[in-house]
This record gives sequence, structure tokens and C-alpha cells, in this order.
Amino acid sequence: MRADLKLIHGWVPEGARVLDLGCGDGTLLDALSRDKQVKGYGLEIDPDGLTACVARGVNVIEQNLDEGLANFDDNAYDLVIMTQALQALRRPDLMLDEMLRVAGECIITFPNFAYWRHRLYLGFKGYMPVSKSLPHAWYDTPNIHLSTFNDFERLCRDKGLTITDQAVGNGEHEAHWSSRLWPNLFGETAIFRVSRAGDA
Amino acid sequence: MPELASDSVGVVAPQTAHFDDPLALACGKTLPSYTLVYETYGTLNAEGTNAVLICHALSGHHHAAGRHHEDDRKPGWWDAHIGPGKSIDTNRFFVVSLNNLGGCHGSTGPLSINPDTGRLWGPDFPMMTVSDWVHSQARLADRLGIERFAAVVGGSLGGMQVMQWALDYPERIAHAAVIAATPRLSAQNIAFNEVARQAIRSDPDFHDGWYGEHDTLPRRGLKLARMVGHITYLSEAAMGSKFGRDLRQDLGYGYDVEFQVESYLRHQGDTFSESFDANTYLLMTKALDYFDPAAPHGGDLAAALAPAKCPFLVVSFSTDWRFPPWRSRELVDALVRADKPVSYANIDSPHGHDAFLLPEPRYQAVFAGFMARVARDQQLEGS
Repeated sequence: MRADLKLIHGWVPEGARVLDLGCGDGTLLDALSRDKQVKGYGLEIDPDGLTACVARGVNVIEQNLDEGLANFDDNAYDLVIMTQALQALRRPDLMLDEMLRVAGECIITFPNFAYWRHRLYLGFKGYMPVSKSLPHAWYDTPNIHLSTFNDFERLCRDKGLTITDQAVGNGEHEAHWSSRLWPNLFGETAIFRVSRAGDA
Repeated sequence: MPELASDSVGVVAPQTAHFDDPLALACGKTLPSYTLVYETYGTLNAEGTNAVLICHALSGHHHAAGRHHEDDRKPGWWDAHIGPGKSIDTNRFFVVSLNNLGGCHGSTGPLSINPDTGRLWGPDFPMMTVSDWVHSQARLADRLGIERFAAVVGGSLGGMQVMQWALDYPERIAHAAVIAATPRLSAQNIAFNEVARQAIRSDPDFHDGWYGEHDTLPRRGLKLARMVGHITYLSEAAMGSKFGRDLRQDLGYGYDVEFQVESYLRHQGDTFSESFDANTYLLMTKALDYFDPAAPHGGDLAAALAPAKCPFLVVSFSTDWRFPPWRSRELVDALVRADKPVSYANIDSPHGHDAFLLPEPRYQAVFAGFMARVARDQQLEGS
């Protein structure tokens, strides 16, 4: 399992009701349902990911996240997870509102644009960074809202949300001492656990 | 003689099952006895855990796969999806496909003799509902020794039967696949059905449904009904790419066939009006109109779905404007609200409503993936 998923797997409580936005091939939900009796649904629009979910018996719904979560009721879930999809959304801020409408807590991962390699790439080469975590060219990238570890922290603060946990990963998604000290510089992937104000 | 393809179920023969225990119907009447014609493909395993029921649509019947003889021109209506190695893999599953009551392909219907009168049932054949069909299908399952279906599967009106199975017999259905269907018809759907019915009923040869006794058929009415229906089965794009504005002959400035699409529709209508029974068509369209499991729950579909226990697969097609994707979404959203296991795929296809009958790589991948999961859940050999 991808390292950020492994970390999230550890954070999810037993028997939680979970939505996984952009669930890919369903690896995380499948593991959570087997290991922690988690129930819920994945949302995905990639045909191969969706087929893989159906085949492994993970509940998956073909739904474009940019259309919101109107089909899910307020507080219907314990937790909403979104890994590596925030940066591809038209309005990440509105999605954050939606996620914390249907659940009290959410876990979000995204590529940290302020990662030192990205800074070097842009600073010295003068081109938009292309890396393992940002593999696309600027013109065909699905990642239309790149942000940094600090940016997301600020958005949560502005919205009055509580960050209950945060972590970063490097290329191999393993924590490293330097990333704990300067996450915005040394973290390639940002991982946040956020809850509504007063819910923490 | 053409070789049958290796992924065909081969030459198949219909079978019949007669039932003498009366069937109480939703309309208040009772069918004292009845016959169901059906086909099976594959082999029922010793535990009886590998049976799949196929539910047919408006003009469908029991012949879903294979051919009736080796040089049969056309295979069954869902041959693209049933056979060795296909989505519904007959190496694994025992497939049951029947003609519903009220049909005109061998099961008891308007073309059968009414035992009370000794004459054809004709228009006196009781109105059928989706629920009535499901009850009759459950009796066929009893007869075949199937306690619980591994899956019940159907498209369009067939998908409605699948939904009803999950509500009426939650213990007897392990998985449900609802394809190109809707939890209830819209006003527009009912309107199209009503045009079709009026076309049939206003044909002078209809004789209030007693055309059989007048040695005639309401061909013009049934032809019109089919032509209207057929338009709703295809997408504008599919019709456009198939026919465009192609002419059959130079413009004659008259009402003969000029455009290819006219020729096609007339041909479809003519063929259908000779091979399908008008009374059956009428009652099938009414069964469609009546289907609305949410109605007894004040329109709350999620509440109606409470009894369902099985995982669902719901599939829609992007250009289906008869039962568009958002009609499938109504079902999906209600299942989610009711906390039921469901997966949903909206398949990109140019073929409109008819797409559910056709092979399309992504549709086949999702469908086959679901059936592989069914096999695994049922612990079938080789899964």
C-alpha cells in the first residue's frame, strides 16, 4: 500500500463510516473494511479504478467531485478521506466545506508545491516543476490548484477549522527528521487531519 | 453450416414449467394456473449457489443466449453478455432466462386460452405488475431447486424486476445488477407509452383487443407503437451516424419513403407488428408505468429500499435519454441514503438506451468485474 494510505489506515477508527473521494482502485477502502470493519463508499471517475473497485467488492460510485457531495446527507459519515485529489478540483475550498458537512472529520493529502526540489526546479530552471509527485506538464496537468503545506494550514485557519494531525512524506512517503522540522520545505506530500471547529 | 463461436452457449432449447397453484396478482385478480417458458445455460452446482436469473425488457423473452439451431440467423437477445468467458460466464454460472407472464413467446399470456371461457385470454388477460412477475419467477426458482440466486440481472424493465427482487425476496437474492433502468417512469416516459397504446387501440383492426377472433392483427397500430418506441431506444447521435439525412432515392416530393431513417423505422415497425402481440405490448407498457416502489412510502425511495440486503451494481449509459443516467442516480442515491452496498458506473456510449444490449469494452469490464465478485462471494470454483 502507498505510504500515505498506510498512514491514513492507522488514523481511521474501527467501524467508522467513511467516504473516500477519489478512491482509485479501492485499495484503502478494501483494507479498511477487512482490517477495521469500516463501511462506506468510494467516489471515482477513472474507468480503470472504478472497474477495479467493482471487481474487489468495494462500493464505488462514479461521481465527479467538482459537482459536490449533495447526494450525501449532513453528518452521514464519521470521516471523509481525499488523497491526492484536492489539487485537481475546481474549488478546493468549497470541497473542504462539503467534506466537513457530511462528516465531522476529514483526512486530506496533496502534493506540497513548496517541497525543496520543486523550489529548486522553479527557482533555477525557471520552469514549472515536473517530478514524481507532479508528473505532468503545465498544459495538460489535472493539478489546477497547486498549494503548499503552509497554504493549506492558512486555509484551515481562515475557515476556523481544527487541524488535529499533520504529517508530510518524502518521495517514498516516509517521515524524515528534516520534514518534521520544516514540513513546508522538506515534505513532498502533505497529509492533514482536519475537523470542524469545536469538534476536536 | 456455420460453426458456433466458442464463446457461445451453443444450441439451446426452450423448456416449460406448468404451475397449478393460483397466483394472486396486484390487480386483485388471480391466475388459476399458468405456464412459464424458459431457457437455461450452464450447470447448476450441487449446492445450488451459482444460479443467475435474467429478467427481460419490454419486448424481450426467454431466448437470451445461444441459437435455437445451428444455422439460426440471430442469437439470443443478450448473447453479447452470456456465454463461456463472457460477463455472465456460463462456465461458472447456471443462467435462467424466462418469458414473463403476459408475454407472447410461450408463457401464459393474452395468446393463451382462458380456462374459464375456453377462448383466448386476449384483452381479458389480467394486468401484470413487476411484482407479479417477480413472484412467478420465484416459483420457477422453487421448481428448479434454486433457494437463492447468486445474482438477479436485468436491463430496462428487466432492471425494475431486479429492484423488486431485492425488496420482495431479500433472502433469495445475493447480488443485484440493475442496468439502464429507473426506479419509476417520468411523465415523459408514460407519455411515450400512452402514444404507443393509443396507436394500437385506435387501429380499426384492434377490435378492443379481440383481433384474434376477427382473424386479423392491429398491424398499423403496433407498427406505429414500435416506431415511436424505437426512436426512444436510440440516441440522436446514433441515428445521425447510422442514417444522417441519407436518401433512399431522389426526392420525389411525396410521402413515399425518401430518407433512410424512414425506411429503417418502417421496416422495424413492420417486422415487429408481425411477430409481437399487441395485447402483450399494451400490458407490458402498463407494467412499466405502474412500477414505483417508493409510492407506498410517500415517494421516499430510500425508505422503500429498507428491506434490500444484497450488494447492487447500477449501470447507466451516457446517451440514454429514455432512462438517462440521472434516473439511475436516483436509485444509487437512495441506496446510499438507505445505507446499502452499491456501485455505480455511467458508461460512455453513443447507442442510447439500446446500449445495454450491446458489447462495449468498459461496460463489459465493469459487468464482468461485478460477476467475478459474485463468483467469489458465492465461493464458486475457479473464482
